[in-house]
Amino acid sequence: MLELLTYPFMQRALLAAVLVGITAPAVGIYLVQRRQAIMGDGIGHVALTGVALGFLTGTNPVWTAIAVSALGAVLMELIRWYGKTRGDLALAMLFYGGMAGGVLLINLSPNGSNANLTTYLFGSITTVSQQDVVVISLLAGFVMLITLGLRRQLFAVCQDEEFARVTGLPVRTLNLLLAVTAAVTVTVAMRVVGLLLVSALMVVPVAAAQQATRGFAMTLALAVSIGVVVTLSGTVFSFYENVPPGASIVVLAIGVFAVITALAAPLAKSRARRAAAAEERCTLRDDVLV
Amino acid sequence: MPEEPRTPVPAPAAAPRPASHPDPVISLRGATASLGGRPVLRGVDLSVHRGEVVALLGANGSGKSTAVRSVVGQVPLSGGELALFGTPGRRFRDWARIGYVPQRTTAASGVPATVREVVSAGRLARRRLAPPRKADRAAVQRALELVGMADRAKDPVGALSGGQHQRVLIARALAGEPELLIMDEPMAGVDLASQEVLAGTLREQVAGGATVLLVLHELGPLEPLIDRAVVLRDGCVVHDGPPPKAVGQHALPGHDHVHPHAAPDAEPIRTGLLT
Repeated sequence: MLELLTYPFMQRALLAAVLVGITAPAVGIYLVQRRQAIMGDGIGHVALTGVALGFLTGTNPVWTAIAVSALGAVLMELIRWYGKTRGDLALAMLFYGGMAGGVLLINLSPNGSNANLTTYLFGSITTVSQQDVVVISLLAGFVMLITLGLRRQLFAVCQDEEFARVTGLPVRTLNLLLAVTAAVTVTVAMRVVGLLLVSALMVVPVAAAQQATRGFAMTLALAVSIGVVVTLSGTVFSFYENVPPGASIVVLAIGVFAVITALAAPLAKSRARRAAAAEERCTLRDDVLV
Repeated sequence: MPEEPRTPVPAPAAAPRPASHPDPVISLRGATASLGGRPVLRGVDLSVHRGEVVALLGANGSGKSTAVRSVVGQVPLSGGELALFGTPGRRFRDWARIGYVPQRTTAASGVPATVREVVSAGRLARRRLAPPRKADRAAVQRALELVGMADRAKDPVGALSGGQHQRVLIARALAGEPELLIMDEPMAGVDLASQEVLAGTLREQVAGGATVLLVLHELGPLEPLIDRAVVLRDGCVVHDGPPPKAVGQHALPGHDHVHPHAAPDAEPIRTGLLT
């Protein structure tokens, strides 16, 4: 087990995995709270165009991916404000456009092919460079600063937007900030988990955690813990079995979800039974109104 | 209904508790607003003075909810003027002075949240981006105790009954220690035990000098607290004065209230709750 730590590329991959394991659920929890779990998926699709743009222009795909996906995320947020009824169609169009644009641009670039995209689509542990690690760490720091530092404000906005506006919170700014943060997270995660599966890592640990928790802070803590455990173990598994890490990480996360659900279901049932029994015992006489 | 000059609003001095301040806390003048192209407010005048408890009554679709939502800036006015604490609505930034209880939406969202977490959100008006201090935590605890939910503080809001849910939303508004409480149908779908708690909470707030504007479908157990009632019909004020008496609720213009339990003689018992 320890021998894999002697490979520099594995050290980098594992560090990146930890950062992804923390940031993806930390952003994902707000998207899930707002019932927008699919948003991460959309940003991932749009980021593909950004990656291809990097190949086409000869710049680091991480930067172009950030620029394009942040633009896409802000656009999605604007559609959410103004879109109303046709909003879902506009979002679908954005998803398809991002995917098609990526494939188109990569084939137009001089030394690009669909094969280049595959490592970005499903992640890869061998391609995380020294420079990538520095960039990923900086971006992950930004994501943690926003998602953990502003957690009470973001919680209020995602929980009840109208109430948050009446308390005087800068709701629009916070929503845009969350959209950009989600876009940055997608870029942080694309090296390890891949663009097609990044959304799963935003959503599945949160879904798994909330099977067992009663509050938001606990859900956040547990989701991040699950995220770190599955990204680390998935990356190690990929080292031995030579499969794309995105796939093993997401399968593991779903496994954790299944286990927690199986364990928590009887617990919740007995809790509900107790609560029901308590209510039956103390019926208020006032309710009779004789 | 055509636009016509409305009958002058009776002076608020008629209220049992005369305003100590000449400036109204809420002043809505000739307010018009539309939702989806349909005019919902058609020239509403509404003023609430310091220390007053004003009930906004009317049938479903009369515009009472739109009126309060325009007061808190959530529905843009197409005409007329709004002033809060003497400041024009558009320039008003002092939101910590207002405690808002929106019409009951579910407090539960996609992720579980405890009662305390939801109530703590009401404190953000006071501290904005700063981390919570001791005073903030104490205010949240006080708000929880006021509505009798302190023992449920760690429970997820998703597990609460309708009435408990409403108590949590009111505690959230109280956590900011507001001077003005604005509540949209706080009694809708609330069981009798919770109605009693809410009426008691409100009475304490009023005794402490709070100003209250609340949308009600019927006066119910809050009746003894109400200083003045404003009745809306089709987006116009049709009554502004003492709350309609006993039979009043059902005699209100445009009030097509249907009781699911259809027992008219059971009704007066509810109103006697606080006396």
